[in-house]
Amino acid sequence: MLSDFGSILLFMIAGVLFVAIALFVSKLVRPHRPNADKLSTYECGEEPIGDARIQFNNRFYIIGLMFLIFEVEILLLFPWAMVFQDLGWYAFSAMFVFVFLIFIGFIYELGKGHLKWDLPSPAVPEYVEGVGVVERDIRTEDDEFESDGGLTFK
Amino acid sequence: MEAPIVSSYIVMAGALAVLLNSAAVVVYVERRVAAFIQNRVGPNRVGPFGLFQPLADVIKLIFKEDVTPIYGNRTLHTLAPMFPVITALITVAVIPFGDGLFITNINVGVLFILAVTSLGVYGVTMAGWASNSKYSLLGGLRAAAQMLSYELPLGMAIASVVLFAASLSMVDIVNSQLYWWHVFVNPIGAIIFIIAAFAEANRTPFDLVEAEQELVGGFHTEYSSMKFGMFFLAEYMHVVIGSMLITTFFFGGYHLPFAGYYAHLLPEAGTWLKAMLDIAVFLGKTGFFVFLFIWVRWTIPRFKYTQLMSLGWSKLLPLSILNFAVIAFILMLIHG
Amino acid sequence: MELTTLLFYFFSLLTIGSAIFMVFSKNIVHAAFALMFTLLGVAALYVLLFADFIAATQILVYVGGILILILFGVMLTTKGFTDNLKTLTTNLRPVSVVMTLVAAGMIYVLLTTTWPVAEIAEPEGTITGLGTLLLKEYILPFQVTGVLLLVAIIGALLMATKVKHQQ
Repeated sequence: MLSDFGSILLFMIAGVLFVAIALFVSKLVRPHRPNADKLSTYECGEEPIGDARIQFNNRFYIIGLMFLIFEVEILLLFPWAMVFQDLGWYAFSAMFVFVFLIFIGFIYELGKGHLKWDLPSPAVPEYVEGVGVVERDIRTEDDEFESDGGLTFK
Repeated sequence: MEAPIVSSYIVMAGALAVLLNSAAVVVYVERRVAAFIQNRVGPNRVGPFGLFQPLADVIKLIFKEDVTPIYGNRTLHTLAPMFPVITALITVAVIPFGDGLFITNINVGVLFILAVTSLGVYGVTMAGWASNSKYSLLGGLRAAAQMLSYELPLGMAIASVVLFAASLSMVDIVNSQLYWWHVFVNPIGAIIFIIAAFAEANRTPFDLVEAEQELVGGFHTEYSSMKFGMFFLAEYMHVVIGSMLITTFFFGGYHLPFAGYYAHLLPEAGTWLKAMLDIAVFLGKTGFFVFLFIWVRWTIPRFKYTQLMSLGWSKLLPLSILNFAVIAFILMLIHG
Repeated sequence: MELTTLLFYFFSLLTIGSAIFMVFSKNIVHAAFALMFTLLGVAALYVLLFADFIAATQILVYVGGILILILFGVMLTTKGFTDNLKTLTTNLRPVSVVMTLVAAGMIYVLLTTTWPVAEIAEPEGTITGLGTLLLKEYILPFQVTGVLLLVAIIGALLMATKVKHQQ
C-alpha cells in the first residue's frame, strides 16, 4: 500500500516541477516594463473606484457549511456501500435511518428558503390616481434576509 | 507474444506527457469543432490544417509580459494557478488505461479523486482574492460556491457506482463493468455525474464565473502570460480528466461493450495486442466525451447563477440521494 | 535509514513547522495557508499508518471543507492585506513556571514508559472492516452521529441568518 501512495507522491512532485519549470522559463524570456496604467486594477477601462472589498454575503458561508455536513454524510455512506449486501436488512435499515435524519435537515434548509437564490423583486413604478407616480416595492412579505441575493455590490 | 513490461516510471512519464499533450490537442479540436458548428473554418494557417496552432499559442503566452496588480498579494497570485494544474495532473495517477496499465491501484482511488477535486476550489478562491479586484473576488467566490455545490451530487453519483462495484478501487470499478456498463444499470447516476462534471470543469453551461460578458473574465481578470496559460491549460485538462472519469465510472473504462460475453474472442490479457486494444478503446471513448463537452459548449446558452445554484442544490442533490437509495434497495432485494 | 522513516520525519517536520508558523504568524492569510499545510501533513502521516480511508477523509473534510470556510471568513472580512495580528504575551513569569513543570512531567513520562514497538502488518482492505464495524458493533454511535449532523445543520442555519425584527 505504501508504494502505491509513494507513486502518487512522485507524481505530485513531477506536477509541481512541471509548473515551476514552465513559470520559470516564462520569467526568463518575457519582457518586464511596468507602468502605472498596467499595474492598476482593471475596471472596464475606467479608473477603479473604491477598494477591492465587496460586501460579504451570508449565502456563500451557508453554502460552505451545508457542503461540509453533506460531505461528511457522503463519506459515511462509502464504507456502507461496500459491505451492505452481506449484512442483512438490519444494517440496511440503520443506514436508511441515518440518511433520513440528514434528509430532514435538508428539508428544513429547503423550507426555510436558504437555497432560494432568486434576485429580489424590483421596485415597480406605477401611476396612482391623485398621487402621481409611486414606486411600489413588490418584495414578498416573508423575506427575512436583510441582504439581497449577494449579486450586487454594496 | 510476451507480456508487456510496464515499469511504473515509464508509465508515469507517459501519462504526464499524454495528459499535457491531450490538453493542447483539445484546444485545437475545440476551435475546429466550434468553427464547424458555427459554419466557418477555424485555424488552418499554422502548419498543415492548423495543427501547430496550440504550439503557437503556448509560445505566444510564454513571451507575453506578466502584469501583476500592484496592490494584490504577490505570493498567492503566483501560487494560485498551480492548484488547478497540479490537481488535474495527479488525478491521472489512479485512472486505469488498460489491463494492468495504471500508475497505481490504491484501495481508496475513488476517494482520492473526490479529495483532489475538492482541492481545486483553492485555485479559484486564491486567484480571486489575490488580484485585488472586485470582479475577481466576486468571480472567485461564485466559482468556489459553484464547485462546492456540485461536488455533492458528484460524490453521490460515484457512491451509487460503488454500490455495484463493492470496492473503492478504480481498477475494481472498471472490472465490474466487464459484462454490463454502469450506464445501463444506473442511467440517472450517469446523467447526474455528467452534469456535475460539466460544473466542476467550469464549462458551459456552467461557465458564468469566467464569462467575458458577465464579470470581465471573473477570477482570472488580472492574470496574463504563463499564469493565465496555467489556468487555460488547467481548464482543458479538467475537460480531459472529466471525460476520462465519465468513461471509467459509467462507460466501461477500457472494456468493449459486453466484453465479458465474448472474452474468448479478444486477445489474451497481458499481451501487447490487448494493451493496444484497451488503450484505443479508452481513448476513443474519452475522445467522444471531449467532443460532447465541446458540442454542448457551443450549442447551449449559459445558466444564470441563481439557476445554477438551485439546480445543484434543489434538484440534483435530492435526485442523487434518491437514486442511491433506490439502487441500494433493489440490490438488497436481489442479493439479500 | 529506510525510506518510510525518512518520509515520516519529513512529514512530521512539515506538520509541526507549519503549525509553529501558523501560531506565530502576524499575517492572518499566511496563517490560514500554514494551517492547510499542517492538515495535509497530518493526512500524509495517516497514510504512513496504513489508514488510507482516514487520510482521504481528512483531506476531503478538513482541507476541502473546514479550511475553505476559514478562508472565506478570513479573506472576506479582513480590512486590508497588511492587517497585522496583534500578538502580545502577558503573565510571562507564572506561565513559564507552569509550562516548565508540565514539560518536565511529560518528558519524564516519555522516557520511562515502555513503548510497544512492533511492525504493523499491512491490513487487507481497511474500508470493508470499517463498514462492518460501523454497522455491527458501533451502530448506536453511528445513529448518534446522524442526529449530531442534523443538529449541526439546524444550528448553523439558525446562527447564520439574521431575522428582520418587526419595527
